[in-house]
Amino acid sequence: MSLPPFRSLPLLLAGLVAMGSVLAAAPPPSPVVDPQDIQVPKPPFTEGIFPCTSCHDPKTMPANTKRRPLEGMHADIELRHGPESRWCLDCHDAGNRDRLHLVGGEKIEFTASYLLCGQCHGDKLRDWRVGVHGKRTGMWNGPKLYLLCVSCHNPHSPRFKPLKPMPPPVPPDQIRARRTRP
Amino acid sequence: METLRLFRHFTVDSLGLLFKGDKYYFAWIGFLLLLIAAGGVAYSGQIRDGLIVTHMRDQVSWGFYIGNFTFLVGVAAAAIMLVIPAYVYHWGPIKEITLLGELLAVSALVMCLGFVLVDIGRVDRFWHIIPMIGRLNLPSSLLAWDVLALNGYLLLNWTVVTYLLYCSYTGKEYNKSIVIPLVLSSIPMAVSIHTVTAFLYNGLAARPFWNSAILAPRFLASAFCSGPAILLVLLQILRKTTRLQVKDEAIFKVAELMAYTMGFNLLLTVAEVFKEFYSNTEHLVYIKYLFFGLKGHNGLVPFAWASVITGAAAFFLFLIPKTRTNWVTLNIGCVLIYASVYIEKGMALIIPGLTPDVLGDIYVYRPSITEVLVAAGIFALGFLVFTLMLKIAVPIMLGEFTSSKANPQ
Amino acid sequence: MSNESSRPKRMTSRGLKPAGTRRQFLGGTLAAVAGALVTGCGKEGMEEFLQHNFRELSKDELNQVIARLEKEAERTYGKKIRIGNEPPMQGVIYGYALDLSRCIGCRRCVHACVKENNPSRDPQIQWIRVLQMEKEKGVDLEAADAYYNPEEVPQEGHFYMPVQCQQCKNPPCVKVCPVGATWKEPDGITVIDYNWCIGCRYCMAACPYGARHFNWGEPTLPTEDVNPETHYLGNRPRPKGVVEKCTFCIQRTRKGLYPACVEICPTGSRKFGNLADPKSEIRYILENKRVFVFKGELNTQPKFFYFYGV
Repeated sequence: MSLPPFRSLPLLLAGLVAMGSVLAAAPPPSPVVDPQDIQVPKPPFTEGIFPCTSCHDPKTMPANTKRRPLEGMHADIELRHGPESRWCLDCHDAGNRDRLHLVGGEKIEFTASYLLCGQCHGDKLRDWRVGVHGKRTGMWNGPKLYLLCVSCHNPHSPRFKPLKPMPPPVPPDQIRARRTRP
Repeated sequence: METLRLFRHFTVDSLGLLFKGDKYYFAWIGFLLLLIAAGGVAYSGQIRDGLIVTHMRDQVSWGFYIGNFTFLVGVAAAAIMLVIPAYVYHWGPIKEITLLGELLAVSALVMCLGFVLVDIGRVDRFWHIIPMIGRLNLPSSLLAWDVLALNGYLLLNWTVVTYLLYCSYTGKEYNKSIVIPLVLSSIPMAVSIHTVTAFLYNGLAARPFWNSAILAPRFLASAFCSGPAILLVLLQILRKTTRLQVKDEAIFKVAELMAYTMGFNLLLTVAEVFKEFYSNTEHLVYIKYLFFGLKGHNGLVPFAWASVITGAAAFFLFLIPKTRTNWVTLNIGCVLIYASVYIEKGMALIIPGLTPDVLGDIYVYRPSITEVLVAAGIFALGFLVFTLMLKIAVPIMLGEFTSSKANPQ
Repeated sequence: MSNESSRPKRMTSRGLKPAGTRRQFLGGTLAAVAGALVTGCGKEGMEEFLQHNFRELSKDELNQVIARLEKEAERTYGKKIRIGNEPPMQGVIYGYALDLSRCIGCRRCVHACVKENNPSRDPQIQWIRVLQMEKEKGVDLEAADAYYNPEEVPQEGHFYMPVQCQQCKNPPCVKVCPVGATWKEPDGITVIDYNWCIGCRYCMAACPYGARHFNWGEPTLPTEDVNPETHYLGNRPRPKGVVEKCTFCIQRTRKGLYPACVEICPTGSRKFGNLADPKSEIRYILENKRVFVFKGELNTQPKFFYFYGV
């Protein structure tokens, strides 16, 4: 499961190349959604946690880039997302904690986190952009709100959590006559 | 003008007949009125609270009412079919038997319409299904066709009966060029009302139990078992209690014909059962529910087997000449076949057609007290109509009651 | 009930139309007699009794009917209710797709639908039924369970299939209605005129999806639960004794909004849009995903599609 990075990287690259060639051969018929068109809600931050730089001020708290289990702050975060080697600064930007970064180092806003998710989950990002994966609300023929990936999938533990179902229907033999008002 | 005056006399005199009779007559009428009142009370509760006082629900949205309706359409159709052997074999008083059949058809249709009316949720909107006034969805709705067929058939029979009786009353010979075509056209009409009623279920692809090409033939075959059974018993009663003459051989001939229709009916049933069980598709669940029960729900099972066993027993009683010509076994056979078809149409047609429902839900439907009372009231109403019509028709048929006798100069 | 004279009026408030004068006359006379007997009393009762099929009403007549119904509803539910009459949009045919690989059977849609569409709370009517099925068996109705109620969903080894009106292109329910009380609108939605339905329930026998529901008793709807934004052909409060069904939230979708069940779905399994628009998400699904329709062998041609998103 958890291959060390140097072994998984070639695989990943091979995969990307393969995907690229498929894409080149048959471009997906997806309607292109201009990122500016995508209206997203506020990312689901824990109350009072953002902006991160209110604590992680580069002047007062220089980034510690050493991979380590967190103690004290953020110890409640259980990271169950892909390889065990993954950790905070793979996604969170060490230089500016109010931003995330892509593999190539480009910094992005938290509201554009789908770009980050899409680096690995390209098929999901594609479906999300066209409204097949994930949830949209608003108007079917007008402005929509796109829920972010992280609105449903906790990025640290992305598996969709089970829910308590709402009450089942009343079975027909329990639907009974009741005196109506006179 | 003369005709109108005579017709008025006919009507008034006929109605007068209804108030003359012995204590058994009035006891019988009183009993029927009591049942009708009970049905009326139950129905007023249904009007007030809605169809929730029945045990029908979304899963089984038709039940006892529609089952009875279907059965009675069969009776109405079969009553007229007796006209055919009467003509073919030249037995007995054709006119009288035709009249009886038509009176039975009229009464059965009154009950049919009664069952349809009590089954609809908005009886105040009944005018929506009246041709010309409402908005009938023709040609696509079989129910709209059924409204036309049943009312047309009722009108036709009512007209023939009234005309024949009126002629007898006035002592005039009836006009054959009017009556014969009407009576003859009532035969295909009889076939068509039961066929249209069968098509009503048959056309629903959502209900595989009904979606069988032999449904309409099965309806007709079973109706030609139960309808004559009623008439056979009735003819025996009438020739005992009145001066009406019916030859024994006429009755035995009908019984023989019934043996054939019963055999055919059983054959069709076997064909249906074979197709379902041998092909063993997902559509088997309905017939399984009927004969064996599903997931522990087996409320229909006794009814299903009772219908099969009584039907088969009646078949043998009618098939064997010795039992067919014995009055006791013949009448037992009549009761058995009537019971078989009544159970089959009343319980074993509608309910398994709807159980399990289209999403696999099994709701065990049994008629509620309201449904039973309302049904009893409608049956009583039908019997009342039939009794009253007989009360007028029999003396007229026998020539005991005519214009000259009712109004001596 | 109003205390105004119950004297039958012929052609109450209805304008003369070139055709059907005789029909109106017959209807009027007959109705006047029977109406006084059946619906009790009052001018409003009479008007309701005489009301014609929605598709035969002129603009003025419809406005009068709506005004009367709004007044009635306010009296019954103690709340002002708007009964809209938004027409279908040009060039729009609604389609729906549901992702079976994502639905977890939480029934949020069922209850959001109830909240939006004003069905009776007791006796209970729900337009969506969620079936729990076994993965091993696939779509097998004999193994389906609509009454599941575990602590958490999804349950191991099961998948969930919500069923509601499939808005068939070839609707068997419309075909069988004896009085034309239900029909398919130009935008593909099958609707019911609750004031024309006679409650014979033939449509319920004809529907292969259990989508139609009957008001077996007098519907109850607490004032605080009433959604006052309604449509004549959709979620306006219904009377006793008539059939009702899902309309893809006609009161919302004809204004461009998503249906309530789409808005609520926590897994985003529910997709909705214009089938006539090649750029819509619904068209993308049809063209790129593995799609099936429920009971396709019946040739009902649903515009409600099930698909596998993964």
